[in-house]
Amino acid sequence: MKILVGYKRVVDYNVRIQVKPDGTGVVTDGVKLSANPFDDIALEEALRLREKGTAEEVVVVGIGPADLTAHLRNGLAMGANRAIHVVTPEVIQPLTAARVFLKLVEREQPGLVILGKQAIDDDANQTGQMLAALWDRPQATFASKIDIAYGKVTVTREVDAGLEIIEAELPAVITSDLRLNEPRFIKLPDIMKAKSKPIDTIEFASLGVDAHDQLKTTHYTAPAKRSKGVMVKDAAELIATLKQKGLL
Amino acid sequence: MSKILVIAEHLDGKLNPSTARAVSAAAAIKPVVIDVLVLSDQVDAIAAEAGKIEGVSRVLTIARPENAHLLAAVLAPQIAKAAAGYSHVFTPSTTFGKDVAPRVAALLGVAQVSDVMSVDGPHTFKRPIYAGNAIITVEADPAHAVVATIRTASWPAAASGTNNAPVDALALDVALPTHTRFIELKQGKSDRPDLQSADKVVSGGRGVGSKENFEIVYKFADKIGAAVGASRAAVDAGYVPNELQVGQTGKIIAPELYIAIGISGAIQHLTGIKDAGTIVAINKDAEAPIFEVADIGLVGDLFKIIPDLESALG
Repeated sequence: MKILVGYKRVVDYNVRIQVKPDGTGVVTDGVKLSANPFDDIALEEALRLREKGTAEEVVVVGIGPADLTAHLRNGLAMGANRAIHVVTPEVIQPLTAARVFLKLVEREQPGLVILGKQAIDDDANQTGQMLAALWDRPQATFASKIDIAYGKVTVTREVDAGLEIIEAELPAVITSDLRLNEPRFIKLPDIMKAKSKPIDTIEFASLGVDAHDQLKTTHYTAPAKRSKGVMVKDAAELIATLKQKGLL
Repeated sequence: MSKILVIAEHLDGKLNPSTARAVSAAAAIKPVVIDVLVLSDQVDAIAAEAGKIEGVSRVLTIARPENAHLLAAVLAPQIAKAAAGYSHVFTPSTTFGKDVAPRVAALLGVAQVSDVMSVDGPHTFKRPIYAGNAIITVEADPAHAVVATIRTASWPAAASGTNNAPVDALALDVALPTHTRFIELKQGKSDRPDLQSADKVVSGGRGVGSKENFEIVYKFADKIGAAVGASRAAVDAGYVPNELQVGQTGKIIAPELYIAIGISGAIQHLTGIKDAGTIVAINKDAEAPIFEVADIGLVGDLFKIIPDLESALG
C-alpha cells in the first residue's frame, strides 16, 4: 500500500504572531517556518505503518512556491520515500488544496491519505474532509489511534464526547490529532540520505484545478486584550470577591 | 434575503446546546428563514427541542436508520441535498460540525468559513487564525451558498421555550455510502455539568500532580456546581481523560467563571478560555503566564488553598 501525506509549511508554532499595523496580514518576514505539527504527526504515522509492513511507500506532498523544496527535504529526511511538489506562488485555500490532492490521488492511487487535522496558520480544519468528499471515500478525522487489517482501518477519533471508534474501508482519508504519536527527530545521516531521494515537481496550472478563491480576506486585526486583573491575598478574599461579583 | 439551514447536533436523543448557539449566529444575519435540520434514526424528541429555540422558522427531519450515529460520510450527502434553496448552511464548530461541514461544502463545491466569531453582513464574517492570535475579516462570494462552522464560545445560546416551530419530515432520495461504520463511543460518564456549556468551570493542570490529587479538583467543582476541565499537560500526564481538555486542541469554552488551578497558562490553553467572563488563576508561581489573563489571581499552594476555599464557602 502507498500512503500520501500532506506536508504543509507554516510559521513555526513557537513564533509570537504579530499582526501588521496596516491590517494587511501577519508579519512573516524573517520568521521561522516549520512543518505543520499535525503534518509531522501524519508523516510519523505513515512511517510507522511502513515499518510495520502495512505500507510499502510513503509519499509527502507539498503545495507552494519554488523554495518549498527545502521543506520537503525535511519530510524525506524524516523517512518518506519520495516527495511531490505542486508548484504555485499563490497561497491556496482548503477547497483548492483538496482538489489538488484529488488529482494526485488519481495519479498515485494510494491506499491511504493522511493529513493533519488542521494547519496551525489558517486553522481551517477542512482539507481532509473535502478531499474525502470529492474522492467519495471514507474519512476519519481527529485520529488518535489507527489499526489497519484486511482492507479496513479502525480509527479512534477524539471527539467532544470522548473517544469514538469507527471502521472504514480503504482507501480512506485520515486526519491526525495530537495524541496519535510523537514524531521522531531527524538525524544527520538521514538528512544526507534525503538529498538523493526524488522530488517530483508538478506545475499547479498543469493540473487543471479550479483555483477560483471564493473567500477573500479583507482585514487582519490583533485579538482584543483582556485587561489586567487584581491579585487577592488568600482564599477568603477570593471567595468574597467572587460572591460580590455574583459568580458564586 | 438570506435563508439559513442550521444542522442540529445531538447525542443520545438530546439536542446539544451548541445548536442554539449556531442559531444565534444565524439570527445575526437577519435572515427571512432559519430552519434546523435534524438527522437521526429517532428524530422526534430532538426535533421538539429544536422547535422551541427562539428564531427557528421550521424544523426539518430526516429519520433513517443510517443516521443513528453522526457519521460525516453518511450525513453529508443528505445535508448537501437538503441545502438546495438555502443561502447559508451553519453547523456548530464542535468536533461534529468540524467533521461534517467541510464534507458538505466540498459536495456543494463551495468554500467554508470556519469558526465564525462575528457576523458583519450576510457574506462577511470574522474568524480567528493562528490559534486566535489574529482575527481576520472574510468575505464569501455571494454567488455561492455559504457553509460555515460557528465558534460556539463566541455566541450565546438562543433562548428556548417560547417558540413552537413546525416540524416537517424531509423525504430525500439520496443513496448513502456503507463504507464507514460506527463501532463505539467511549464516554466518561459524569453527573457533573457539561464542560462545553457550563456556566462555571474548574480546571486543573500539571500542578495538581497526579490522578489521585485530581480528586480535590473534582470535589471543589462539585461544591460550587462547576464542570471540570484540564490543561493539555494534565491530560497528557494521564491525570484525566482527554475529553476534559480545554484549549486550542481541546474544547474552546466561554463560561461565566473559569477557575484555573495549577495551570501555568500555555498559549494553546489561553486560546481556549479567553472568552470566559471571569478568569481566576491559582498557581504557586507568581510569574506564570496565566496571571497575564486572569481577572483575579491568587499565588500559593493549591493543596492548602483549595481546602481554604471550601471552608470559606461554608
